[in-house]
Amino acid sequence: MSPSEKRFWSGNVALAEGALAAGVDFYAGYPITPSSEIMEHVARELPKRGGVFLQAEDEIAAIFLLIGASWADARPMTATSGPGFSLMQEGLGIAAMTETPLLVVDVMRVGPGTGQASKAAQGDLLQARWGRHGDQIIPVLAPSSVQDCFDLAVFAVNTAEKLRTPVILLSDELLAHTWERVEVPKEVERVERRRPSGGEPPFGSSDPRVPPPMPRLGEGHGILMTGSTHDPWGFRRTADPETHRALVARLWDKILLNRDALCCYEAVGVEEAEVGIVAYGSVARSALAARKLLAGKVRVGVVVLKTLWPLPEKPLQLLAERARLILVPELSLGQLVYDVERVACGHCPVLSFPKVGGGLPIYPEELAARILEARR
Amino acid sequence: MRVHPLHAYLRKEALPTAFCPGCGNGLVAGALLRALRRSGADFQKTVFVSGIGCAAWIPSPHFRADSLHVAHGRAVPTALGVKLRRPELSVIVVGGDGDLAGIGGNHLLHAARRNADLLVIMVNNLVYAMTGGQVGPTTPKDLPTPTTPYGNPEYPMDVAQVVAAAGANYVARWTAAHLPELERSLVKALGKAGFRFVEVVSQCPARVGGRLQMLPVAAMRWLKEASKPVGKAAEGEIAVGEYVERDRPGLLCALGRIKDGGASA
Repeated sequence: MSPSEKRFWSGNVALAEGALAAGVDFYAGYPITPSSEIMEHVARELPKRGGVFLQAEDEIAAIFLLIGASWADARPMTATSGPGFSLMQEGLGIAAMTETPLLVVDVMRVGPGTGQASKAAQGDLLQARWGRHGDQIIPVLAPSSVQDCFDLAVFAVNTAEKLRTPVILLSDELLAHTWERVEVPKEVERVERRRPSGGEPPFGSSDPRVPPPMPRLGEGHGILMTGSTHDPWGFRRTADPETHRALVARLWDKILLNRDALCCYEAVGVEEAEVGIVAYGSVARSALAARKLLAGKVRVGVVVLKTLWPLPEKPLQLLAERARLILVPELSLGQLVYDVERVACGHCPVLSFPKVGGGLPIYPEELAARILEARR
Repeated sequence: MRVHPLHAYLRKEALPTAFCPGCGNGLVAGALLRALRRSGADFQKTVFVSGIGCAAWIPSPHFRADSLHVAHGRAVPTALGVKLRRPELSVIVVGGDGDLAGIGGNHLLHAARRNADLLVIMVNNLVYAMTGGQVGPTTPKDLPTPTTPYGNPEYPMDVAQVVAAAGANYVARWTAAHLPELERSLVKALGKAGFRFVEVVSQCPARVGGRLQMLPVAAMRWLKEASKPVGKAAEGEIAVGEYVERDRPGLLCALGRIKDGGASA
């Protein structure tokens, strides 16, 4: 292990620092609670490090600034919250289709609409997965500690570069404003984007696990980039079924065939679990605390998901085989529960624990009580 | 065999273009390429960015240069992302009135306010042509379109004037019937820093001409006859000429990305 330093940071600052450590050198964003500290931190830090910071006129501009910058060889990021995340979906669709590496952080707050700006929720999960029109999948990561905020920001930037894809990091207001100690490694891995060595098509790949190399603007490649259906050289082929099928299949495979490398999670006490909990984000902390509360009474196994899409199915399958029931606590009316149910595939009942907090978190005590009640 | 001197700038595979017979896009493309040649532009260091619409197809896929073809209305922020990261590249946006002044209007306004170092060429064909000729932000009052079948009840936006007021360094308007003037304006714009905006009022034989039973040649005649110098055009006429020309430091300079007076386009 490389030497590290200790820092005391909020989730938002740790996220910004992780992204900077991973080489983020371009940021465009629009202020929105509860994500603004990320932008303010980067606005101070980036100019000192030779990077570019711009406050955009809206979130739509922000995401397209990132797309342009990425093609001009930047490692770009932005951060926002629910309402801004909705506006960024347009650009995320273009980024997925054009295979443009970039990082979008969504610090989730209470919705729908403008909801409660400074309160935590988990209502954006399926927006992160399906917010764009059309068939596409973007990796979605979710920290559940301030340390995770740093580590997963690094992982997110590197994943974007490695797989030539946008990446979404879902934080939440509780985590954003929680202060914790962070171990910051002196050196952080930086994945370099693949570049064409000559003659390779910028939008085609013979190995679906490996993205095509991405040319830089201004080097004579004659780049033809388009958000419309395109052939491996970038020519629009909007009336050709086979071109479209092959393109969508490749974009899909590029993420799913790398599932094992993408799936981060923590499995605690799964092998001997009587009752299972599947959770992510700040709610996962309540899940782990509930496990402690029930120690000696109920053997609780917890899977903390740090990658949400593609979904880490293996630990969930194992949990479903071991436990008599699985509880899925969410700070929403329940979105993750449907996929856990699908993966559990009838091995055990999967119960939703939905909570529209309206500003309140899920408390460990209420989770523990629900488990005792369900076990009866 | 003699080859057209502008063919060097075009992708052979992309020809013939998909533009309708009589469309003004070919004239605008020609003027832009001639202006680039006259300015001695390095095509390898020129990036074209466009959104969605007929004019967006002028550079993509026709120009033998780097081009980013993104979502409707979003060419300007995409272009600014490129320019901020690579100030040494010349970044040019080509789009239509609906793309740049309608759905992308906010981006246009703020790019002009920031004096972002971009050249934006807006081909104004008065309607949303690609989708069937529906009313747009520049459609003349009372003109019937598929979504204003009883005539356009709204007033059009004078986009050049708005962009000039927002803070651009250079703004001009010409028509597809003023090609030498257009070319001169583009050459001038290419030599300047900051935000530069050139509007070209153009004929759409398919979506406007067809509806008005106006042949392309009659449309060109109308463009010529209805055009009056800036400040002398009455309502319903087309004001042509320069709206503003100044040399405020561009955004890149303000951010310290380039030295004062450096890097144009």
